[in-house]
Amino acid sequence: MSIPANLRYTESHEWIRKEPDNTLTIGITDHAQGALGDIVFLELPEAGRVVKAGEEVAVVESVKAASDIYAPVAGEIIEANAPVTDAPDSVNSDPYGAWLFKIKPANLDDIDALLDAAGYAEAIDA
Amino acid sequence: MAKQTPLYPAHLAAGARIVDFAGWDMPIHYGSQLEEHKQVRADAGMFDVSHMLPIDISGAGAQAFLQKLLANNVAKLTEPGKALYSCMLREDAGILDDLIVYFFATDDYRIVVNAGTADKDVAWMRQQAGKLPGGGNVTINPRRDLAIIAVQGPNAQAKVWAALPGSETASSHLKYFQAARFGELMLCSTGYTGESGFELIFPAGRALDIWNALAAQGVAPIGLGARDTLRLEAGMNLYGLDMDESVGPLESGLAWTVDLAAGRDFIGRAALEAHPPTQQLVGLLLEDRGVLRSHMPVFTAHGAGETTSGSFAPSMNASIAFARVPVGVALGDTVEVEVRGKRLKARVTKMSFVRKGKILVQAAN
Repeated sequence: MSIPANLRYTESHEWIRKEPDNTLTIGITDHAQGALGDIVFLELPEAGRVVKAGEEVAVVESVKAASDIYAPVAGEIIEANAPVTDAPDSVNSDPYGAWLFKIKPANLDDIDALLDAAGYAEAIDA
Repeated sequence: MAKQTPLYPAHLAAGARIVDFAGWDMPIHYGSQLEEHKQVRADAGMFDVSHMLPIDISGAGAQAFLQKLLANNVAKLTEPGKALYSCMLREDAGILDDLIVYFFATDDYRIVVNAGTADKDVAWMRQQAGKLPGGGNVTINPRRDLAIIAVQGPNAQAKVWAALPGSETASSHLKYFQAARFGELMLCSTGYTGESGFELIFPAGRALDIWNALAAQGVAPIGLGARDTLRLEAGMNLYGLDMDESVGPLESGLAWTVDLAAGRDFIGRAALEAHPPTQQLVGLLLEDRGVLRSHMPVFTAHGAGETTSGSFAPSMNASIAFARVPVGVALGDTVEVEVRGKRLKARVTKMSFVRKGKILVQAAN
């Protein structure tokens, strides 16, 4: 199972990548896609929505069940990955490529409180 | 501790993800539920359904006992091997289980019941037989010594014949819902997918050999996940979701399985006739984007209802459901389903969405 070292993570299985322009790109981890099974539907947030940390912002539905996706930090949604909604299975085949949405964080330092790769590996082992 | 079928080692060897189903350790999928679904529609797949229970009903009173016990009429079965789908009802017409009964002679039947209800079913049968003079002159024999593999798909029968030399001669004449004996095997042209195929019932000690012989013919193992989406597309009820003891067959799309011929006396008949149904089970095709699941509220012009089963339908690339709604709701009506806090539009359809690989209900877009 893949847990790239350059990303941050949440215990609810989102990954977070800090971009050079200080925005954050968010997706779900390899572990999460494996646990969900075949993903068939994605509901992504609208750009412009202001969200709190931990707020439900997206839904990933596999053939078996629906799973909420949470904003890892507070901020504003600046973009959703519209093409991935037409190919939800790309989240299974390429979980770190098929990102879901981007956030402009209210406070960039908030990402320091997120798990690093080692912390996430430990969290999903538990 | 959960029970395991004789095929449990084969599931582990094939990389199954195991879940608890009605107290049994069963494979939910072997990698991809979607691929398994498509495999059955396009070619052939096999399901371990050994958690289901065959029950042999024999003796001079067997036919009369089953006519009393079941809502469908076993007297319709006159040709050896012929099968019948039926509900077994309580006195108040609540559904205890749905089952298939196979006829060999008027003193020799085999019933196959659901795993989750098996113990309750056997107890009920014994209780009802006990009320009859002489115990009804029947023997009720649960057969946990048997295993069941369902092989389903357009190429399933040919692959069974290739895997089990001699079986073609024994079973090539079978029409849908018929069974034949082949040595110690029973080959039944029944299934739960809407495709052709066989359900094979045989001594449990042969399970791994038969499983491996089928695998050698390219029959892929299929988990309970795909079994559920296949049966949903095929319009087949799942006991415990689409029906249970709180509803009757007329509220469950199963009026066609109830034989109300004059003079017939079966358990539940009086209640059925005293209480005409106010609800019906229908199909729903979601027209907005989303995924229907079980227990979602449904809003219609005739009152509220609820989905009983729902999923993404892999053959249709759409979401479908069964829903219990007021009897005034008609085919083609548009209703609303509350999906995760939002009301989405769905069209009322027949319950059969896919049969023999053909899509019967077309999506709007």
